[in-house]
Amino acid sequence: MESGVVILIGLFFSVAVYLMLSKQLVRMLLGIAILGNAVNMLIFTNGRLTREVPPLIPEELYTPAIQTANPLPQALVLTAIVISFSFFAFLLVLAFRAYQELGTDGVNTMRVAEPEDDQTPPQGY
Amino acid sequence: MTPALIDDTTLYAVLAPFAAAVVAPFATRWLKHNAAWPLALVPALIFLHFTGFIGPVSHGETFVAAKAWAPSYGVNFSIYIDGLSTLFALLISGIGTFIILYAGGYLKGHPQQGRFFSFLFMFMGAMLGLVLGNNLISLFIFWELTSITSFLLIGFDSLRAASRRAALQALVVTGGGGLALLAGFILIISATGEIEMSVLLASPDIIKDTGLYLPIFILVLGGAFTKSAQFPFHFWLPNAMEAPTPVSAYLHSATMVKAGVYLLMRMHPLLGDTTLWTTVLPLFGGVTLIIGTLLAVRQTDLKLMLAYTTVASLGLLVMLTGTSHEKALEGAVLYLLAHSLFKGALFMVAGTIDHEAGTRDITKLGGLRSAMPITFAAACLAALSMAGLPPFIGFVAKEVLYYGTWGWLELGIPVTITAVVGNALMLVIAAAVAIKPFMGPKVETPKHAHEGPVLLFAGPVFLSVTGLGLALIAHTTGELFVGPTLSSLMGVQTEVDLHLWPTAINAPLILSLITIGLGIVCFTQIDRLRAVVGSVLTSIGWGPDKGFDQAVAGIVAGSGRFTRFAQNGKMQTYMVLTFIFTGIAVLLPGFLTGGLPAMPSLPDYRFYEWGILFIAAIGLFAVLVADTRLTAIVSLGIQGFAVALIFMMFGAPDLSFTQFMVETLSVVILALVMTRLNLLPSDHRPKGAAIFTGIIAGAVGLGLTLTLLAITQAPFDTRLSDFFAQYSRTIAHGRNIVNVIIVDFRGFDTLGEIAVVVLAGLCVLALIRVRTRPDKPIETPPTKPAKPIAEEAH
Repeated sequence: MESGVVILIGLFFSVAVYLMLSKQLVRMLLGIAILGNAVNMLIFTNGRLTREVPPLIPEELYTPAIQTANPLPQALVLTAIVISFSFFAFLLVLAFRAYQELGTDGVNTMRVAEPEDDQTPPQGY
Repeated sequence: MTPALIDDTTLYAVLAPFAAAVVAPFATRWLKHNAAWPLALVPALIFLHFTGFIGPVSHGETFVAAKAWAPSYGVNFSIYIDGLSTLFALLISGIGTFIILYAGGYLKGHPQQGRFFSFLFMFMGAMLGLVLGNNLISLFIFWELTSITSFLLIGFDSLRAASRRAALQALVVTGGGGLALLAGFILIISATGEIEMSVLLASPDIIKDTGLYLPIFILVLGGAFTKSAQFPFHFWLPNAMEAPTPVSAYLHSATMVKAGVYLLMRMHPLLGDTTLWTTVLPLFGGVTLIIGTLLAVRQTDLKLMLAYTTVASLGLLVMLTGTSHEKALEGAVLYLLAHSLFKGALFMVAGTIDHEAGTRDITKLGGLRSAMPITFAAACLAALSMAGLPPFIGFVAKEVLYYGTWGWLELGIPVTITAVVGNALMLVIAAAVAIKPFMGPKVETPKHAHEGPVLLFAGPVFLSVTGLGLALIAHTTGELFVGPTLSSLMGVQTEVDLHLWPTAINAPLILSLITIGLGIVCFTQIDRLRAVVGSVLTSIGWGPDKGFDQAVAGIVAGSGRFTRFAQNGKMQTYMVLTFIFTGIAVLLPGFLTGGLPAMPSLPDYRFYEWGILFIAAIGLFAVLVADTRLTAIVSLGIQGFAVALIFMMFGAPDLSFTQFMVETLSVVILALVMTRLNLLPSDHRPKGAAIFTGIIAGAVGLGLTLTLLAITQAPFDTRLSDFFAQYSRTIAHGRNIVNVIIVDFRGFDTLGEIAVVVLAGLCVLALIRVRTRPDKPIETPPTKPAKPIAEEAH
């Protein structure tokens, strides 16, 4: 049951990593967005897949009558979706502001923290 | 004989120097250099305490005492007293008494004298803890403490680069050996299950029977050879002469450097008397002996001459310990005792000459005998003992060790020849040190030389006279000191019958005469010898000392290069390295452990399910190839909505709704931001880079796919999920189990999530509101203006 989705998840990861290895900040952000989806599906699939039966308890019963989808990974992923969204929104604005201030979106030219002609510490005794 | 348990007084005796180390700076502030007198009482009292053990120990009794330290790991502060540890404890406290006095005179008026006393006492405590240590772990800790205090003392004059280098070198070499020793001890503990030395010694074959003898042997030797400066680790010891002379006399001749020899002697019943032992130890010891004496002849600095003969003497001790032959071991014990006395005295003499005459270069000294008669007398007595002439303890030691090596069947002849050559050269140095500065015409020295104060000559006089006294009562010396120590080495009670004068004309006497003759010949030719050794060394042009510098420089340069490679300030390098190792981490274990999943069968999805998966894949592909901003954003939306549909298909409507919402918002924000940026959305990677990053990305994806396949093919533990299904309605009164988990069972988790969202929102707000004024540009690297975007994209 899971194998098809699992292979799709692998594809998600590959595309996310490929985009994150780009020199351009915007494409890295696209990669991060896809990575979030990949991780969410990974957690979801780890709890095994059950077709079309949401984890709900019927009105008249105290426990589910039939085998439902696994509720635990759903709860975890629900939290994860929201957090990865806020993370993504923050990064997006950060990238936007960095571009405004530095005038570039090339990750290799953003070198305020580690300037190119950085001095090495003294050597010897 | 099982060791008797004694009270804790001896444990406190071991710790007393640490207390003295705390008091010393205050005492020195109050009494100036005269603080040496009361401070010297501490080692003197310790010495007295240990003299109480001489009698019982000589009858073969042993003692233990212990205090729990970390009992859950079997680590105790425990001591073991037998002949060997008693001899060492007496040497450490006895010589220590005079070193404290000597330091009082030598560093008189030095602003840091209190600190110096403090370090000396710390070392004394560490050394006592080492030689008395019964628990292997506490023994190791004291072993390392001696290295650390040695580092502090060598680097005492921390403003000179040579001191700092020597201190660092000593720490690296002995500390490295200490790590080997720790590994050896841990192997012993895990292989035998015993941690107390006294228990191990009770069954001598316990290590040889484990099958781990070879690694344990190598690791223990690694510790002993570095500490006792055996070739090729000898180079740190002469450099340690940068330390003030009291340190050289105490640590680097009489006590600390003997810790390695102590360890070999201590472990002799456990590790000794094997073919490996009787081959490796005499070989390294012999080479060290010859190299040490030859290098000593070459020197003109008094301290360096003595330092190299210390290396040589340590080599001799290791060589003799390596024979595992009873008589030779007896010679080793005697020589150990003799060496501590005469070398300690000679170092102090060298220091006094340096202190009073202003130089210790032998070519600039002469005729000091009338100015410094007491120091001259002490130097003569000590040098005669070092030269191995009667009636001194050095002579007795040499007779016994020749007797031993001559009688050793396996390698007796080469070892004897090595010993004769080494001793002859040692005689040369002894003569040079005692005669050259004092005899001959008076030479003008940088300072007007006169006799040092009593603090300075008390030590050399007492130690050299002891060397004479112990020889005159040779029989008692044998009974009280040598016999019990030899018993520790042999593992059985052994009697020793010593006498000063040879009873007959036998091989040792003849060897002694040869040694003396050879020594005198060499002494007359000392300048030629010095020139020959010097020219040989120049032609080699490389030594381990130079090698150490090269290694240090290499490590510094190498780490600099590696840092510049791994942290070159380029984001892309960091990403590439991170994902290469991620790929390795997810792929490798599956291949190594055979945990690869079985080939999955084609899942029985319905056609629309296949369709949704396919749409997701198309969305991904479109993001990759999109060459306009709008296409990229729309493609991102496609894969996001496909994910929402997948959640829907597999019974997660809540997730699906959330995903729809979030994905819509993401696309909207992305469109807002990307339209503000004048950016090229398409990816202009060169073909090579595209293939390289593609392989990395593919490997990560493949690794995670295989891992996830393996996980989903394994049986599933439903206990947690069942718990929530069971109790969702009954105790939390909710029918939507997912919602109940979020707001009830894991409510605090959700609170944290909300906090994250709020914080992210605040940060976004802050980023948008905070702006640098246009007239005040932010600090960018001035040399490197930002490149135009179009150029960067290529």
